[in-house]
Amino acid sequence: MHECPNSTIEHQLRELAPQVLSTVVRRFRDFAAAEDAVQEALIAAAAQWPRDGTPANPHGWLIQVASRRMADHIRSEVARRHREQVVAEESERLALAEDAARDNSEDDTLVLLFMCCHPALTPPSAIALTLRAVGGLTTSEIASAFMVPEATLAQRISRAKQTIRESGIPFQLPTAAERAKRLRAVLHVLYLIFNEGYASTAGPQLRRADLSDEAIRLTRIVNKREPNNTEVAGLLALMLLTDARRAARTGPDGDLIPLAQQNRTLWDGDQIAEGLALLSDALPRGSVGPYQLQAAIAAVHDEATRADDTDWLQILALYELLKRMSDNPMITLNHAVAAAMVHGPRKGLELLSPLDSDARLAVHHRLDAVRAHLLEMAGDKEAAITHYRTAASRSTSLAERNYLMMQAAKLNETPPTHL
Amino acid sequence: MKFILMMTGTKANWDEYSKWSKEDLERNVAFMRTFTKQLKDEGVFVATEGLGWPNQAKVVQAGKDGAPITDGIFPESKEFLAGYWIVDVENPQEAYKIAARASAAPGLGGKPSNIPIEVRQVLGGHADLGLYLPDL
Repeated sequence: MHECPNSTIEHQLRELAPQVLSTVVRRFRDFAAAEDAVQEALIAAAAQWPRDGTPANPHGWLIQVASRRMADHIRSEVARRHREQVVAEESERLALAEDAARDNSEDDTLVLLFMCCHPALTPPSAIALTLRAVGGLTTSEIASAFMVPEATLAQRISRAKQTIRESGIPFQLPTAAERAKRLRAVLHVLYLIFNEGYASTAGPQLRRADLSDEAIRLTRIVNKREPNNTEVAGLLALMLLTDARRAARTGPDGDLIPLAQQNRTLWDGDQIAEGLALLSDALPRGSVGPYQLQAAIAAVHDEATRADDTDWLQILALYELLKRMSDNPMITLNHAVAAAMVHGPRKGLELLSPLDSDARLAVHHRLDAVRAHLLEMAGDKEAAITHYRTAASRSTSLAERNYLMMQAAKLNETPPTHL
Repeated sequence: MKFILMMTGTKANWDEYSKWSKEDLERNVAFMRTFTKQLKDEGVFVATEGLGWPNQAKVVQAGKDGAPITDGIFPESKEFLAGYWIVDVENPQEAYKIAARASAAPGLGGKPSNIPIEVRQVLGGHADLGLYLPDL
């Protein structure tokens, strides 16, 4: 036994969580109960290890504690069902020594991810379950990150597990035919977790930034197991290339700093280098999907030492490819911005007009915000102010609303200029 | 996304409510308890509070020296907040459905009271998904 600082133990527990859970699920064949048991074992470890020292075999310790919980659970279940026969079988199973083979622990993590990111689950359920079952976070940590009561989050997780149980998904890798589709669902959930952490500018900041780290960590594991899927590498590159700007993205009080005004010396050079290497390795290897394209756009931004050095022509070309791949109004919006940077604001404004009739975006503040920026670029001060204010009134984020109000106010106080 | 569901009423509504029969009151109280429990079970509950009656309400403004000046006489027509729920749901439609359930709380004779519930989004601390201007 030796003593460890709490953060080391926390990291260790997160690494061990999916391995332990897989073992316990295999042993007891009950995902929902096993997941609860492992969560209890992790909480016990987080309380005991810093005090008593880390056990010599942390993995075995967790399995033992979780199995004991499972045994209690089974006994009460069995008592409820009056099935003595099962008791004998289960006790025999409990007596089994720790599973010797742990060499496929990363495969197990992947199996768990496929389960937790099942398309039958709503995104909030899949996110919560993934963070707990695969990420090894506690219910209270996740609840605090999403600013909901712990009981609400626990209930969300338990409902997600019920959905999984009802869908009858076996605890194994999906079939070859299903695999690509299921992997896309996994990547989407990881992307959402990353965004939850990255997009946050207020609230318990540290906890939320943790979500980005967690998403990167889990995507690294998937990338290692799926080396031939270049979209996994693309997603990992996108996360690294975006996360590299985290320190520059918000001011000391959590206010938003747009890309053009960020202090680029605060960007994380190592993360950028890693993202670029992943991307340049992935791009020539197969079909280029949306994550690789988004990563490529992030890379072009990251490679510009000053905002004015940004290669907008290349960004525009990348958005054109992305637009062909997906009918997402957000892409059209960003494409219009790139077009404005290359061909002038009038061109950008022209590209925005079809979005007015797009029900998905018609009342979205971002359309107003982009239009306001382009009108400002075009020197149409009055219209820009109006659109900044409309955008602010529709914004769902306090930091963003403050930013948009400030833009309108600044513009309103600028003396008229002649272009 | 989080939404606040606000139940409001006028002084006349409160006066009426205070005269409800025991049976009506019991039914209403039981409904409110069950409703909150349901929200918890559904994994959407964030918070709920009921407020004191409007006759206890005071409007406070700072005077010249910063001392509070209270005002307690309110027009009969003014709407008062009776209580609220905060829920965390996937989209506004889910919040509206929950608000409709609250609105249907049993009133006189057990008939749905159809009391209006104002639904407003609670601003998040973070920006929405997606790249914005690219990356704002």
